[in-house]
Amino acid sequence: MTDALANSLAAAPVQSAPAARVRSYWGGVWQRLRYDYVTLFCIALIILIVLSAVFAPWLAPFDPYKSSMAHRLRPIGYRQFLLGTDEQGRDMLSRLLYGGRVSLLMGIVPVLLATLVGGMFGVVAGYYGRKVNMGIMRTMDIFFAFPSVLLAVAISGSLGGGITNQMLTLTVVLIPPICRVAETATSQVRNMDFVDAARATGASTTSILFTHVLINVMSPVLVYASTLVSISIILASGLSFLGLGVSPPTADWGLMLSTLRQSIYVQPLVSAIPGVAILVTSIAFNLVSDGLRQAMDVKA
Amino acid sequence: MWLYALRRIILTIPILFGVTVICFALVQIAPGDPIQNLLSPTASQADAERLRAAYGLDKPLPVQYVIWLGKVLVGDMGMSIANNTPVTGEVLRAFTNTIVIAMIAVVIAFILSTIFGVAAAYRSGGLVDKAITAVAVFGISVPTFWLGVILVIIFAVNLSWLPATGMGAGGSKGFDYLSWSDFRFAVMPIIALALPPLGIMTRTTRSSLSEILNQDFVQTLRAKGLSEFEVMVHAVRNIMPAAVAMLGLQLGYLIGGSVLVETVFTWPGTGYLLNKAILTRDIPLLQGTILVLATAFVLINLVVDLAQSLIDPRIKRS
Amino acid sequence: MTQMALSPPPVAAEDPRDRGGPAQPMLIVDGIRKYFPIRAGVLNRTVAEVKAVDDISFYVLKGETLGIVGESGCGKSTLARLLMHLVDRDEGHLILDGDLVGEETGVPLDGLRRALQMVFQDSYSSLNPRLPIEQSIAYGPKVQGASSKVAKAQARALMEKVGLKANLFAQRYPHELSGGQKQRVNIARALALDPRLLILDEAVSALDKSVEAQVLNLLEDLKKQLNLTYIFISHDLHVVRYISDRVLVMYLGQVVEIGPVDQIYEDPQHPYTQALLACRLSMDPEERVEAAPLAGDPPNPVNPPSGCRFHTRCPFMEDVCMAKAPGLGDVLRSSADDHLAACHMVHPGSGHSRAPLPVRA
Repeated sequence: MTDALANSLAAAPVQSAPAARVRSYWGGVWQRLRYDYVTLFCIALIILIVLSAVFAPWLAPFDPYKSSMAHRLRPIGYRQFLLGTDEQGRDMLSRLLYGGRVSLLMGIVPVLLATLVGGMFGVVAGYYGRKVNMGIMRTMDIFFAFPSVLLAVAISGSLGGGITNQMLTLTVVLIPPICRVAETATSQVRNMDFVDAARATGASTTSILFTHVLINVMSPVLVYASTLVSISIILASGLSFLGLGVSPPTADWGLMLSTLRQSIYVQPLVSAIPGVAILVTSIAFNLVSDGLRQAMDVKA
Repeated sequence: MWLYALRRIILTIPILFGVTVICFALVQIAPGDPIQNLLSPTASQADAERLRAAYGLDKPLPVQYVIWLGKVLVGDMGMSIANNTPVTGEVLRAFTNTIVIAMIAVVIAFILSTIFGVAAAYRSGGLVDKAITAVAVFGISVPTFWLGVILVIIFAVNLSWLPATGMGAGGSKGFDYLSWSDFRFAVMPIIALALPPLGIMTRTTRSSLSEILNQDFVQTLRAKGLSEFEVMVHAVRNIMPAAVAMLGLQLGYLIGGSVLVETVFTWPGTGYLLNKAILTRDIPLLQGTILVLATAFVLINLVVDLAQSLIDPRIKRS
Repeated sequence: MTQMALSPPPVAAEDPRDRGGPAQPMLIVDGIRKYFPIRAGVLNRTVAEVKAVDDISFYVLKGETLGIVGESGCGKSTLARLLMHLVDRDEGHLILDGDLVGEETGVPLDGLRRALQMVFQDSYSSLNPRLPIEQSIAYGPKVQGASSKVAKAQARALMEKVGLKANLFAQRYPHELSGGQKQRVNIARALALDPRLLILDEAVSALDKSVEAQVLNLLEDLKKQLNLTYIFISHDLHVVRYISDRVLVMYLGQVVEIGPVDQIYEDPQHPYTQALLACRLSMDPEERVEAAPLAGDPPNPVNPPSGCRFHTRCPFMEDVCMAKAPGLGDVLRSSADDHLAACHMVHPGSGHSRAPLPVRA
C-alpha cells in the first residue's frame, strides 16, 4: 500500500480522444459492465457494506461501547457474540458495523474534497498553461516528493489525531495526484479544435470551461478518483493504527486492529477480523474502479 | 545526455527546497506552543518571552526558516524532546536499518514480479494469469500493517518459527544480516514490505509485456523462426528500462512508507522512530525523520531517472 | 477540374452589413508576423524561434475565394489561426471591411468574431464529443446573446441549410456521424454567427473523394446564397483550382506567389510553384513525371536559409539568391488581376542571369 497512491497515477486513464459513444456512452458502459460479473459482485458488496454501516444502529446486536470484564476476548461464535469480543469485552460484530461508518467516511469524503479542490487546480493549470501551470504544477511536484504514507504521517503527526485532522490530512495527500490527472486531461482537451471553434465565437473563458472543457475532463478525473477510494481507506486505517485517527472509544477498523494487536496470542482470529474488513472493502473498491475504467475505456 | 543529466539535477534543487519548506511548516501547523511545554507552570510571562527570544521564536517566520535551514545544512536538526539527544544521530542510525530491509524487499519483489509477470503474460487470460493477477490485487489492496499482524500470528504464534518483533538481543549494533540467528528477525518485516511492490510490479510487468507481445515486431520475430522462449527474451529486454525505473521508485516508497510495517514488528528503523515521535508528540524528531526520508526519496528518484536515461536510448537522444 | 473558364472578376452584391462599400476588400492583412519561441537548455530559455508566419500581406475581395496552398508545415494553419485571433500576432494589422481589428480605434474583437468564422479540418477533435450537434451549433448564437430557444431554432434551420435533416440529426453526437456529415455540422457551426468571411482550413482534406465533391458543391451553393467570401486553405492543388478565384502560394512562412487562379496554374512564375504543380498526378499517364520535382524536406523554419528561402531546393539557384531575399512587390497596392512572384528571375535587374533586362526610364 505504501506506493499505491503514486502507482494509481500510472494507471490513471489518459484522455484518449474524447471521441466516444456518448448518447449511448453510459449505455455502452453499462452494456460492458453487465457481463463483468466480478465488478458487479464487488458493486453489490460495496452497497452491502455501505448499507450495513448506515444502518448499524439497527443491525448491531449489542451496544458497541458497552464493555464487559466478564466476556473479554471470547472466540468467534461464542454464545451470542457471532464474531467474539474484543479486549474490553465489547461485541466485535457491533463494533465492526459501527467501525465501517468511520472507514467509509474516510474513504469517500477526502476523495470528494480532493477531487473538488485538486480538480479545480488541475483544470485551471491545464487551461491557462504557461506561468499559471508552472506555479500550480511545480507546487504539486513538491508534494510528490513525499511518498503518500510519509506525507500523511507527517501532516497528521504534526496536526495530531482526531477525525477532522485525519480528513484534512487525507485530502491534502490526495490533491496532488488528482490535480495532475485533471491537468493532463485539460491540456489535451484545450488543444482540440472544438475549443478553438468556441473561442472563435467570442465565448468567455468561463463559458468555454463549463460547456466544453469540464464535460470532457470529468470522466477521466472521476474514474481516477474512484481508484483513490480504496487508497484513502487504507491510508486512513494506517493513520488510525498509529493512533492518529479517531480517539479510543470510537469504533474504527484501523484503531480496532491496533488495540487488538496485544491480543494476538490469546485470540489470533478475532484480532485479525478488523483487517479482513479493511481488506475486503479495499479490494472491492479496487476491483470496481478497475472494472469501471475498463468499461469506460473508449478504445476497448 | 549530459545536458539531460545536468538539467535533471538542477530541477531537483527547487524540489528539495520545497521539501524543507514543508518540513519547516510541520512545526508551524502543530498545535500548542512549544515554549509553554518547556516552561514550568509557575514561570512568568517575562520568562516565557526570554525563552522565546533565546530560541529565536520571536522572529518573523521567514527569518526563522532561514536560521533553521542554515542549521539543517550543517547537519543540526535540533534535539529530540523525548530523549534530549541530537535528532540527526538518531535518524541516521535508524535509517540504516530501514534502507537495508527495504532494499532486500524490493530486490526480492523485483525478481519474483518479473517471473510472475512473464508467466502471466505468456498465456494472457489463462489460469496462471488469473491466479497471478489475483495475488497482485491482493498485494495492492492489503494493508501492510494487517499483513504484518497475520504473519506474526502464523509464523510466530502458531508455528513459532520466527521471532515476532524487534532485532534480537543485540539490537541494531552488531546486527549481522548474514547470520541466521540475527537475520530471522528481519524475515517477516521483509515479507510484509515486499508484498505490495510485488503486486504492483507484477501488474505493470504483465501489462507492459502483453502490450509488447502484441506489437508487429514480435510477429516478425516469430516469422523469423525464433522459439517462444527467445521471443519472450526479446520482449523482456524491451521492458527492462521501465522495470528498473519501477524498482527504484518502489525502493523510495518503501523507505518512506515503512512506518506501519516497522511499527508492527518494532523494527528499529525510521518508521519506528516516526511512530515513537507521534506517540510522544516529539515534533523535532518527527520533522527530522521526515526531512531525511523525503530527501532520500527525492535523491533515489533522481538516481533512477539518471540510470534510466543511461539504459534507455530513447531518453538519451532527447 | 479544368472546366472553369477564366473566372469572372468577383462582383460583390449589395449587402446591408457592408461598411466599406463593394470595392473595399473584405479583409486586408498587412505585414502579419508570428514567431514561436523554442525553449531549451537547462534554464528553459528561448534559444530560437520558429518563423511560422513571417511578414505576410494580402487582401481578399468581397465575394471572392482566395486559395492558399503550400506544403505541410509552411505556416498555413498558423496563418488561419492568426486571422481568427486564436493566436496572438507579433506584428501586423488586420483591416476588416475598412476597419482596423482589435486596436483601440477599430472594430472590437467581438465584431471580428461575428464577421469571421472558421471551418476546421474534419477530425475527432473538431466537434465536442459530449455535446449533441444541435447544441454545438447553437453555442455561438447563445454566446452572442440569443435565447436558448432562438439559438436552437437557428441551429435547426442551419442544419437544413447544410443538408442535414434537423429532426434526424439534432440530438445526435459527433461519433454517430460520418466524416461528411461532421463536416456539414462544422460548416453549420461556422455559419451560425452569420459571418461574411469563412476561413476553411483543410476543410475537405480528410474526406473521401465523392464526399469531398458534395461538400465542395455545398460550399459553392452557400457562398452564393449567403453572399460569403472564402479563404480556402488546402494542400490539395486540384481542389484549390476548382474552388478559387485567386491563389496564394506559401513557402516557409512567406508568400512566394499570388495571382489569379488560371495564371498561377497555367503560367507559374516561381520555381516552387512550378515544382508543386509538377507534383500533381496527371490524368494522362504519358505525361507523368518520373523524378520528383521537389527533392527533400522543406528546410527547418527555425533557421530558414538566407536570401531566398527556396534556394536550397531551387534548380535555378545563383549567388544572388543566397545573398538577397527577393521581394514580392507591393501586394496591397496591386490589383486582383496582377500576378506577383517573389523570385529574382522575374524581377528586372535583380542580378539573376534569367531575370528580364531592366527597363530604362
